[in-house]
Amino acid sequence: MFNLLWLVPAIPYFSFVILAVFGKRMPRSLSGLLGVGSVGISAVISVLIGIQFMSSPPAGDFFMQKLWTWMGVGNFQPEIAFHLDALSLLMMLVVTVVGFLIHLYSWEFMEDDEGFSRFFAYMNLFVGSMLTLVLANNLVLLYLGWEGVGLCSYLLIGFWYKDSENGAAARKAFIVTRVGDTAMAIGLFLLFWNLGTLDIQEILNSASMQWETGSGLALAVGLLLLGGAVGKSAQLPLQVWLPDAMAGPSPVSALIHAATMVTAGVYLIARTHVIFDLAPIAQTVVAIVGAATLLIAGFSALKQHDIKRVLAYSTISQIGYMFLALGVGAYSAAMFHFMTHAFFKALLFLGAGALIMCLHHEHNMFKMGGMRKQLPLTFWTFLIGSGALAAVPLITAGFYSKDLILWRAWTSDSGSPILWLAGIVGAFITAVYTFRMVFVTFFGKAKMQANHRPGARISLPLVVLAVLALIGGFVEMPHTLGHFAPFSKFMHSVLPEVHGAHLSISIELLFQIIAVVITLTGILTAYIFYYRKPELAENMAKSGFGSALGRFFYSGWGFDWFYYKFIVGPFVWIARVNKKDIIDFIYTIMAMICQIFNFVFRQTQNGRIRFYAAGIAFGAVIIVAIVMFT
Amino acid sequence: MNLRFDIMIPELFLFGWAIVVLTADLFFIKEKKNALLYMSQFGFLAAAALVIFTPTGPNEVGFGYMFYNDTFASFFKIVILLAGFMAVSSSFEAVQKSIEHKGEFFGLVIMSAVGMMFLVSSTELVSLYVALELSTIPLFILTAFQKRYLKSSEAGLKYLILGALSSALLLYGMSFMYGMTGTTVLLAGSITMLLNSANVHYGLVLSLVLVVAGLGFKLALVPFHMWAPDVYEGAPTPITSYLSVASKAAGLAALTRIVYGFYTVGTAAEYWGILIAILAALAMIIGNFAALLQSNIKRMLAYSSIAQAGYILVGFVAASQLGLSGISIYIFAYLFANMGAFAIVVAVDHKLNSDRIEDYAGMARRSPLIAVCMTIFLLSLAGIPPTAGFIAKYKVFMAAIENGTLFWLVMIAVATTVVSIFYYARVIKEMFITEREVESSESKWILSSPITIAILVGLIGTLIIGIYPEPFLELASTVTQSFVY
Repeated sequence: MFNLLWLVPAIPYFSFVILAVFGKRMPRSLSGLLGVGSVGISAVISVLIGIQFMSSPPAGDFFMQKLWTWMGVGNFQPEIAFHLDALSLLMMLVVTVVGFLIHLYSWEFMEDDEGFSRFFAYMNLFVGSMLTLVLANNLVLLYLGWEGVGLCSYLLIGFWYKDSENGAAARKAFIVTRVGDTAMAIGLFLLFWNLGTLDIQEILNSASMQWETGSGLALAVGLLLLGGAVGKSAQLPLQVWLPDAMAGPSPVSALIHAATMVTAGVYLIARTHVIFDLAPIAQTVVAIVGAATLLIAGFSALKQHDIKRVLAYSTISQIGYMFLALGVGAYSAAMFHFMTHAFFKALLFLGAGALIMCLHHEHNMFKMGGMRKQLPLTFWTFLIGSGALAAVPLITAGFYSKDLILWRAWTSDSGSPILWLAGIVGAFITAVYTFRMVFVTFFGKAKMQANHRPGARISLPLVVLAVLALIGGFVEMPHTLGHFAPFSKFMHSVLPEVHGAHLSISIELLFQIIAVVITLTGILTAYIFYYRKPELAENMAKSGFGSALGRFFYSGWGFDWFYYKFIVGPFVWIARVNKKDIIDFIYTIMAMICQIFNFVFRQTQNGRIRFYAAGIAFGAVIIVAIVMFT
Repeated sequence: MNLRFDIMIPELFLFGWAIVVLTADLFFIKEKKNALLYMSQFGFLAAAALVIFTPTGPNEVGFGYMFYNDTFASFFKIVILLAGFMAVSSSFEAVQKSIEHKGEFFGLVIMSAVGMMFLVSSTELVSLYVALELSTIPLFILTAFQKRYLKSSEAGLKYLILGALSSALLLYGMSFMYGMTGTTVLLAGSITMLLNSANVHYGLVLSLVLVVAGLGFKLALVPFHMWAPDVYEGAPTPITSYLSVASKAAGLAALTRIVYGFYTVGTAAEYWGILIAILAALAMIIGNFAALLQSNIKRMLAYSSIAQAGYILVGFVAASQLGLSGISIYIFAYLFANMGAFAIVVAVDHKLNSDRIEDYAGMARRSPLIAVCMTIFLLSLAGIPPTAGFIAKYKVFMAAIENGTLFWLVMIAVATTVVSIFYYARVIKEMFITEREVESSESKWILSSPITIAILVGLIGTLIIGIYPEPFLELASTVTQSFVY
């Protein structure tokens, strides 16, 4: 079974090629079947591989499949090879299974779009690239996947390219993440340059042997990799692209900007955790970035009225939680939250997409209202997703993963009460903005009429994801609930256990009670402000301070304004001043020299055969002279 | 005299097939002459299959060293036959439009391929020369095949006259070689000669330069290259592509036989390295710079192929296992990319009646697939990953660097590669960026299936070698087995 591993990324790639070349000439049903089916087959193979991996783990708890070496020069031996261990298996499963559900959903969602086959071509390319990224066994392949998903993100955000705003959003996403990618590329070069191999496992092994804890090199590499992770995962200070990325179709938001690509940064740090263990400062920075991001994005989500932007900020905030967990060394907790988040956030995006589709492409949730009766299935699944996002205790997956992160944020060796406090405040805000969204959209008076109800291909993914959002957390129960923890046990073959004081169950219970109370208070707050007494919220928003704060939150803490003022503006100014391009002058001279050469050599081509024959004869004579006298 | 007809089966078959095609011309009515093309395609493929099944190795020598079927020879035979196959495939439109005597056309192409196959198998001067002429004379005729087209006749005449001159030089050089050694056999072991005495200095140099000049004409090396742009432009385009690849490959094989077989013995080894290095540098510099501003794509590709020969020689000078396998992979990569590019030139010529680069404008809109294929071929010629050209250039440069003394040559090669990107990219720019009104009448291009096959073979070869080079590198490394360094 393991030998089929290569098929998992290969099938979506293959389907991409077919769709890209023949897509236009295919009937829609065939494009859809190919686009969805390819990911479906990948998902089936992944699940089968996963079952075998868990029932009879390969030697050393990993499986390596080398297909071929692309080229070789010295240490630079980029192989086309895949490395499957618990971490990449988890990523692979989520990418293919959730990816398949989202593809299925898209089949109906994009049915009437003129770019139907183009859409599936991009989506398949994305799945292939994402799988390349998570399965890569060396830096080159990892980077290929990393850039591949970035490219697909760009293509899909700007999918409806006829609206120039979408194009601008796509460019923004691409350029902002590029800042991070550059940092990461430098980090990868440093790794290769210093350790002399491209193989990720070898790098991690030799790094832990050769580098001292706290060494400057480890710190530099750690921070540079963090730079890449921050860009891709939309964390502070590069989070600005994600809200705009909502310009893409909803399934894209669900797949790329919620479930998979934006968590690539989390994967990267978990994969290279050895380096972060060697650089405690970098690790602390990870935690701080996570904590700050989850708060900033959470507050921003409070004031959005575009339902997808709420979810976008929420995604940034939830990934902040994952970074927080990574930063305190709770790697498997981060991966756990990644998994549950993939379920419920994909569900929420798909639910929002269904709403938008049934409501004449209306994004503003304040214009919706009362959708509970009109779209009952969407409501119930959306409610489950919201519950999981807000971490409603015991019955939702989000509770278990978030609770684990909060617990580790304080009790782990590198944790601190401040980090915990940030997390718990974030949890409160999460509950508020989540249920604000639920109450505003689904309760109250209906302000719009849904034009139809979603069909089976949309409903099925919603239901399946809702079930996963409910039961997905049961693989990792806290001590207070019997400590049934196969998930972290499974991950520990790759990721180290958390170092921290062992505290009694009663303390853990106390933490949980606090978290539960906070969550419920948040939901209650949302209930009062956005359902019972909406005038309260309105009055608050009208007051001078309230409206200023509201605008501040609405704009995402003014980051866009700041960047525009201090980076984009000066950059454009320099570009304008340097319109003639001083450096280009050098190249112009080179081009002129080339032209002169070209002119001279062309003169020999006069078409006269006498000249040609003379050229041969004299050429031979001159060469005889040269060879004879050297 | 050991008559080993068994190792000569592919050549014998193809020779017979040429006559079959020539004769078959009489039996087909005018509308059915396409069958000749399909017959020629079949002939090339069947001969290639026969080459694969013909035994190779140090013992497969026949006719007193006149015919030697080693892996080197069979590799080059495959290249020649593939080039022939792609050339006749891409000639579908051209033949229908402007070729009158179709039987002769295809028969001569095949006959020329037979000559080249003998050429790459020759390890003896006389058979080598005869094979060379057998391969070249049909090409003179083919170049001038469009009798009513002035440029074609002119090109044929130029090619003939300069070809005769180069043959004279080659024969003169060979007579020196014979004079010094008393043998015409090129296998290192059988050369018992005065090569180790100092008196032969001048004789060696003279013979070497003359032989290289004679073969340099076939390879279109500077300064023996000046025929190439005129002939490439005037010849029917499929013949141009055949000239640029098959003829070059065969000439290279002959050069390898002579230089590695003869001039690596004793003191002779001191001379040829610097000579070939200078020729390589000249070819790269002049070929690339002269190609820069060409407005005719066939002329541009002619200069490009002059430069490509320079890159091949870089691997040649390296004179090592790595170098020779680098050359082999380079020829392979060059085969697919160049034949593919020419096939598209044929297609465009057929549809637009133009070889001018500016008429490629708007191609990406008119037929995006053709534009993308052309882009891949040009990128491969420029040596940009993930195409075959990158792997090939990389291997060749690597071999030269490992040689130790050739760093300057690699520097020239890299610098001129940068120059070359300009003229390749210019075509890509025309196709994708330059705006052009597309008339609705010419909306959709439908190409005949033979030419589509030629383009597809080129595309697949270019991409597979670029992405999954391992088996091809292994194949290329077996080619070096017959040579001692």
